[in-house]
Amino acid sequence: MKEETRVSIQSDHDIVTARQRGRTLAQQLGFSNSNLTVIATAISELARNILLYAKKGELTLGIIENNGRQGLSVVARDQGPGIPDINRAMDVGYSTSGSLGLGLPGVRRLMDEFEIVSRVGKGTTVTTAKWKP
Amino acid sequence: MAVPILKQGPYLIASVQSALTDAELLELRNALVLMVGKYRSRGVIVDVTAMDVMDSFASRTLRDIAHMIRLRGAETVIVGIQPEVAFTMVQLGLTLEGVATALDLEEGLTFLDRGVKKLGGHVGASG
Repeated sequence: MKEETRVSIQSDHDIVTARQRGRTLAQQLGFSNSNLTVIATAISELARNILLYAKKGELTLGIIENNGRQGLSVVARDQGPGIPDINRAMDVGYSTSGSLGLGLPGVRRLMDEFEIVSRVGKGTTVTTAKWKP
Repeated sequence: MAVPILKQGPYLIASVQSALTDAELLELRNALVLMVGKYRSRGVIVDVTAMDVMDSFASRTLRDIAHMIRLRGAETVIVGIQPEVAFTMVQLGLTLEGVATALDLEEGLTFLDRGVKKLGGHVGASG
């Protein structure tokens, strides 16, 4: 990763900060307007997930490259309770928080790359990326 | 109050000016539900033209606003959803079903003036 920005997530203000930083970085990379919104929305969902389930955590935004193609990576990391059943967490409509349950499956749909690693009692890391077309 | 709410005749117009935090969205919801009674409003317009992100929380809160306002006896119309925002919302499965929408403030006012009682047949289904 060439460049990294870290945003600490501890309050709902941090959600707004994180998605604005992500939008700015994506804009610098030359993403289209609709992709800027897609990226900002995915960041919003990831940051809210941290707040909702782990109370606090961190979002890392970075510029990535693969075979001359540029992209933006968004990694959400927390030391929260972890997700006991990831498959269920990825089901649309499944939620333990009373939300719509669209968070993680939504992010997977919005981003090109999506990987989730979670250990109960240790925390969760969601690694995502969007490539420039 | 992060979102100014204007009383115009029988309507309330809430114009979102910038990105809102979750707490500010809930504050808007609570204020509208109270004000619609205080001013005996017939309709509410929420102008989201300035919102660059409509995530699941914002979408759910707007839907809640529309449903609560209806329970209070008035109609709500959401106006100004930008093309990129609509694109992303659909990808996320957020469709604001059962909630009236219009292109902009002008169309929103026309909608309310017609007194259309759009009864959302799929209330609570999604988005």
